[in-house]
Amino acid sequence: MAGKRVRVSDVMEEVEKDNIFYDESGGGATFSGGEPFMQPTFLQNLLEACKERRIHTAVETCGFVNAETLMASCPYVDLYLYDLKVIDNETHRRFTGVSNELILKNLRQLSRSHEHVIVRFPIIPGVNDDDENVLRLGEFVSSLGSVKEIDVLPYHELGVEKYKRLGMMNRMPEVELPSSVRVSGIVEKLEGFGLLVKVGG
Amino acid sequence: MNERVKKLRQQSLDTKPGISSERAELMTEFYEHSSESSAPIRRALAFKHLMESKTICIGDEELIVGERGPAPKATPTYPELCCHSLEDLQILNDRKKIPFAVDDQTRKLYQDRIIPFWRGRTIRDILFSEMSEEWKAAYEAGIYTEFMEQRAPGHTVLDDKIYRKGFLDFKADIENAKQKLDYHNDPDAYRKQKELEAMTICCDAIIRFAERHAEKAREMAQHETNPQRREELERIADVCSYVPAHAPRDFWEALQAYWFVHLGVITELNTWDSFCPGHLDQHLFPFYKKGLGDGTLTRDTARELLECFWVKFNNQPAPPKVGVTAEESATYTDFANINVGGLRPDGSDGVNELSYLILDVIDEMRLVQPSSNIQLSKKSPDRFLKRGCEIIRKGWGQPSIFNVDLIVDELVRQGKAVEDARSGGISGCVETGCFGKEAYILTGYLNLPKILEIALHKGVDPRTGKKIGSTTGDPTEFNSFDEVFDAFTKQLKHFVDIKVKGSNIIERLFATQMPAPFLSTIIDDCIKNGRDYNDGGPRYNTTYIMPVGIGTLTDSLTAIKHHVFDEKHLSMEQMLKTLEDNFEGHEVIRQMLWNKTPKYGNDDDYADALLRASFDSLYHIISGRKNTKGGFYAVNYLSTTCHIYFGSVVGATPDGRHAHEPLSEGVSPVQGADTHGPTAVIKSVAKMDQVRAGGTLLNQKFSPSLLEGELGIDNLAHLVRSYFKLDGHHVQMNVVTAETLRAAQANPEKYRDLIVRVAGYSDYFCDLGKTLQDEIIARTEHKSF
Repeated sequence: MAGKRVRVSDVMEEVEKDNIFYDESGGGATFSGGEPFMQPTFLQNLLEACKERRIHTAVETCGFVNAETLMASCPYVDLYLYDLKVIDNETHRRFTGVSNELILKNLRQLSRSHEHVIVRFPIIPGVNDDDENVLRLGEFVSSLGSVKEIDVLPYHELGVEKYKRLGMMNRMPEVELPSSVRVSGIVEKLEGFGLLVKVGG
Repeated sequence: MNERVKKLRQQSLDTKPGISSERAELMTEFYEHSSESSAPIRRALAFKHLMESKTICIGDEELIVGERGPAPKATPTYPELCCHSLEDLQILNDRKKIPFAVDDQTRKLYQDRIIPFWRGRTIRDILFSEMSEEWKAAYEAGIYTEFMEQRAPGHTVLDDKIYRKGFLDFKADIENAKQKLDYHNDPDAYRKQKELEAMTICCDAIIRFAERHAEKAREMAQHETNPQRREELERIADVCSYVPAHAPRDFWEALQAYWFVHLGVITELNTWDSFCPGHLDQHLFPFYKKGLGDGTLTRDTARELLECFWVKFNNQPAPPKVGVTAEESATYTDFANINVGGLRPDGSDGVNELSYLILDVIDEMRLVQPSSNIQLSKKSPDRFLKRGCEIIRKGWGQPSIFNVDLIVDELVRQGKAVEDARSGGISGCVETGCFGKEAYILTGYLNLPKILEIALHKGVDPRTGKKIGSTTGDPTEFNSFDEVFDAFTKQLKHFVDIKVKGSNIIERLFATQMPAPFLSTIIDDCIKNGRDYNDGGPRYNTTYIMPVGIGTLTDSLTAIKHHVFDEKHLSMEQMLKTLEDNFEGHEVIRQMLWNKTPKYGNDDDYADALLRASFDSLYHIISGRKNTKGGFYAVNYLSTTCHIYFGSVVGATPDGRHAHEPLSEGVSPVQGADTHGPTAVIKSVAKMDQVRAGGTLLNQKFSPSLLEGELGIDNLAHLVRSYFKLDGHHVQMNVVTAETLRAAQANPEKYRDLIVRVAGYSDYFCDLGKTLQDEIIARTEHKSF
């Protein structure tokens, strides 16, 4: 097991080392994971500590999170990066093991009370890159009103080596990487909904 | 790039450097017959002889004319400084990297005439005979190098004076200074008179040299059948008749005036870092604006003239170096480094339209000479920085980036006027100076890890068994890390004392025997003071010692502190035994030292505190000592290729480095030890109080993919601005993958034009020695910010 136990003050010391860069580039701290809401109190404490120090905060979440926890973080988060993979509940269940009902509901609620939410859409060939999913996803996001941007993240294989080095089994079957033509096709479809679409991010 | 420039550029790239014996022959001829007893006048007459007699070369299609040798890349020698032996000539001809072709005629001339005349009389011979045994012992052990053993002090840059005044005006200034000599009250009046007379001779000589080009151009025009070229040759003749005798009237004349001055400086002596026009964009801007305004110049013709000018630099390889000097500076590059942007003397932003045109020229020419850099102040627009970043992203190492605000602070801290500081900048690799007003001389590199090695061996060099250091305690009896650090600083002081004593003698040798009256006419206040450039004539005189390997030193000290004293993983005996065995049979310990030790370059205060302590010790031991020219010693952190040579004489070090491997370069962290990304690197490096150095050199290597797109440029620009906010002096980038470099090593013929950033300059990867190639490959490649 890699990793080490740290306190809020340890993390903040690390975060503050980069103050000069936040000031220069308008950056700040991004909390990702795994899923940062897996440690809700710790995350909340860190977010509050950042706000106290005027450090910009971003949280990356899969949205499969207790609604109350999520909403409680709102005042301390400047930007949510919210993963959205599949709109069809059955498909979602098949690939992730859970229903997306909570995820969609949380996103709807979050978008009502927070102005800066970017949806992140990982394109996994053969899983969620079909036209139907793309169109339904675009429709859903555009219906939220306050979400203006989708970042499209084409599937990559950077993890393959990592699994090997960690001696872990990689359960992801080999798939062909999405071609740039395919990616720009998806981008175009999503742009059709009046959304700002970026590749990467 | 138009057809003319394409052709001139290609010719320059295709021409192989060779030795020309012309200068050696003329110089010998002069000295054989000269009975002149005044050193400056003798040197001035020698200069006049060269200017009146050397071959005049005007190449096909050239617009800016004049070569140092009889032809492009025909490289002269300077036997009065360093007379090559036949063996030297053989080595120069045969060596695989940085060769110079030597023909039989040259060899014969050397054998029959040059060597018999100069042996024992050269500055190199005199210099070594004047050095003490302890100086020689430390030199041979690789504790330091000596810049003046084959080349003359130079290390300087021109300001705007030649664009305001011609050499006829300088002659009038000299005459005026002579009139003011006060023999009744100034005991130096006679010495000053001789120096001023020498300067007058040099002014006439450079005017004559230009006029000879005019004559040649006129003659060529008469025989030229192509009417367009005939017209160009006639124009060249007019230009050369007018400048540098008079102040230039237009853009073309301004470039040609500088070029004659450049040739004068690098022909008079083989000055280090050749010479440089400094703030070219600021100096040329009035001519550019005027030309565009009155219709005599277009952006395209300005570009063409600049590009023709660029080729001239590339035609002049660094004079041939041998021995240790060849090891510390193994390159054809002669370090002319064009400053773009910066501040105006009044403190306003110096970036102008021409700055962008010059960046376009740099981008298009892609030549290793001249080197180029952008001078970034907090007032410089982001557009300027980002245009620079775009060129950097192309991956051939230019331009480097400097922090003007810190440069001004550095110079002001050294006691210089703020206007002089703002009109200054950098030259060579990263060296700060007041352009046109300062002699800032690099005297030699100092091998920090070697000094630590000596401190860990009670003053003995373990490589030879010779005691060359002072006596410090037995490290196995040290009870605390402080005792280790004390022993190090004692040895450091010991060797700096020896080096400074040597330099103070060498400065006098040049002051009395090898003055530079031509260079003196163009550096303030040599005329006013009636003193030579090499004798404290300039307004400011700084003498630098350049510590090398501060990264290796810091990590080595940190390893000792952490493993021997704080955590007690190892006893000092074990540590020393491990190093003595070069880690053979101790791989587990080596892995611990390499992987389980805090390292400089990761924003870790444990390691960085020792960086700061080392930096401060160097500052206190070196800076502020008086030199012999009314100025002071100071420190400057660059290494050129010396970290390879120095590494070769240092055994295994406590940071896990094997014996004879390269040291860290500049102020960069040890290759591969910085694992926390570029932001952590700059945080660490900025912990040195860089305002107290005369320059620091930071190399960073990026994966090309990291700098893709507008975002890549933005991120790089933010990184640079952040480093400069933290008072960093300089940063330069290699944007290339280790894969590409390995492929180039395997198939050099396919990568002939691959240029990489080495130290404060770029060079062809295939021209680098294998060890240096490996060292560049080993540098940490940042894959994320």
